[in-house]
Amino acid sequence: MSPPLVRATGLRKSYGSARRPVRVLDGVDVTLAEGEVLALLGPNGAGKTTTVRILSTLLRPDGGTAMVAGYDVVHDAARVRQVISLTGQSAAVDEKQSARENLTMMGRLAHLPRRFVRGRVDDLLHAFDLGDAADRRVGTYSGGMRRRLDLAAGLLTRPRVMFLDEPTTGLDPRSRQTMWEVVREVVADGTSLFLTTQYLEEADQLADRVALIDDGRVVAEGAPVELKRRVGDAAVELTFTSAEDVARVGLVGATPDGRVLRVPTDGSVAHVRDVLAAVAAAVGVEPERWEVRAPTLDDVFLTLTGHAARTRDEEAAA
Amino acid sequence: MTAPTLPAPSGTRPRRPAPAARPGRHVLTDTSAMIGRSLRLVRREPDELLLALVLPVMLMVLFVYVFGGAMSVGTDYLTYATPGIVLLCAGYGASNTAIAVEQDMSGGIMDRFRSMPIASATVLVGHVVASVVKNLVTTAVVLGVAHVLGFRSDATALEWLAAVGVIVAYIVAVTCVATFLGVLVRSPAAAGGFGFFMLFLPYVSSAFVPPGTMPAWLRGFAEHQPVTPVIETIRGLLVGLGSDAQPVADLGPTAALALAWCAGLVVVFLVGAAWVFSRRRRQ
Repeated sequence: MSPPLVRATGLRKSYGSARRPVRVLDGVDVTLAEGEVLALLGPNGAGKTTTVRILSTLLRPDGGTAMVAGYDVVHDAARVRQVISLTGQSAAVDEKQSARENLTMMGRLAHLPRRFVRGRVDDLLHAFDLGDAADRRVGTYSGGMRRRLDLAAGLLTRPRVMFLDEPTTGLDPRSRQTMWEVVREVVADGTSLFLTTQYLEEADQLADRVALIDDGRVVAEGAPVELKRRVGDAAVELTFTSAEDVARVGLVGATPDGRVLRVPTDGSVAHVRDVLAAVAAAVGVEPERWEVRAPTLDDVFLTLTGHAARTRDEEAAA
Repeated sequence: MTAPTLPAPSGTRPRRPAPAARPGRHVLTDTSAMIGRSLRLVRREPDELLLALVLPVMLMVLFVYVFGGAMSVGTDYLTYATPGIVLLCAGYGASNTAIAVEQDMSGGIMDRFRSMPIASATVLVGHVVASVVKNLVTTAVVLGVAHVLGFRSDATALEWLAAVGVIVAYIVAVTCVATFLGVLVRSPAAAGGFGFFMLFLPYVSSAFVPPGTMPAWLRGFAEHQPVTPVIETIRGLLVGLGSDAQPVADLGPTAALALAWCAGLVVVFLVGAAWVFSRRRRQ
């Protein structure tokens, strides 16, 4: 088997003064195989961005090693930069230039031939649905357009590995869908993708494999299906008037929680109807309300780490 | 919206072959791309551009018509002060480079540059060149306004060329200091502070009054700060007068001092800027 395209071993990184260091990475181990999409999933402050910055040569780790395409990110940074592209959280484009000017500039900086750049820029503008706005200044763009341009700027060279740091944070649902479609196209083009996200759904939608990061360590890893299986499927949550009613329901696999009864479900209409019918028959009292809840990042964390996902800010406040 | 389609992979450029780690190979391409970028950015900064055009007119009117009447420097005040206004405007414009550099340092675009196989310090070169171009335009505006108000130079073409050369050296020197501050500070407000400083530095020189009229402690500073020899050189070249309004016999030593100051500032602050730049983000 060929070695992984990206391999990080025991990455450590602290910020702050030598006296009061704030540890951000505490031995991160993670790999990305050729052609794979990996989602590094975790809450704010877990170390996602720091990991990506180290792998994309922007930051030196305090300890551990990271190799990309066989090159060390610290000692062979120039070679690593030839095969990667990074799209970070803050838009890496000039607001005062148009989309076309931004892309053309990036093409020249990527040392591509001028004529090739012209065609490639047109293709990318069209593919990312920026054709109509191509000659407008980026400052007038919506958040979704900016992200798409940002992504396009990273694709002029057809990189082997693309690092995408929280590509849809702050986008509305529609822009998020569009972004996912674009990302799938990039992957279909053969680019391996190292993605970070706070959203379980996003990891589920895009990734072949998910690495769960918490407090500077990768705490769980696996295919999205596998991870969700460990967490449990979606559940019907039934709210009754009293806890006694909940206790009287003898439904197999259901877990009571105060006035709420949680029943695992696959989310199909048939199953939900069966559950409601079974509950009504058992108690003789209809539940007041019901809703279907998909597992969230919180559920994943609760199950796999034993504590709720907390952001750095909350920890600092606690 | 329809699902986007990426350009066909087969028809485009193949993936890069085994990479060669020679980031210096494309330094000229990188530099010219960065210069193009900075020039476009400067052109699209309406506030700054307006200021670069309005400030010279305002200062000229202020000095010639408001202060000018009360000034007695031994010659026509317009003739005396025009070189100073040139330097004031150019120096102030150059100091604004600190803001542009700070913006780049704190924005996401620097991460992209640094993650690409380019000599990312060329981004600073782009700012320096754009600053020279922008402030030469400002200089032309100042001289144009001065001409309209009645400023006349008896300089030969060669002297004009030398004067422009000294002005360029001064712009580059101030820009390098500004670049250093731009990579050093962490907020736009701090970067803007240098502009304030550069707006006042020429007043404590021989630009607008002879240093001989200042109290001794201030005169010491005025006579030994870099703006003074630069001003003396330009005034000497353009109108042939010294700060005492007497004809200058030998401009050589003053010009040498002016150029030495500029060269010194460029070397010290450019090296400093490069040093801070390479360390700031990779700690």
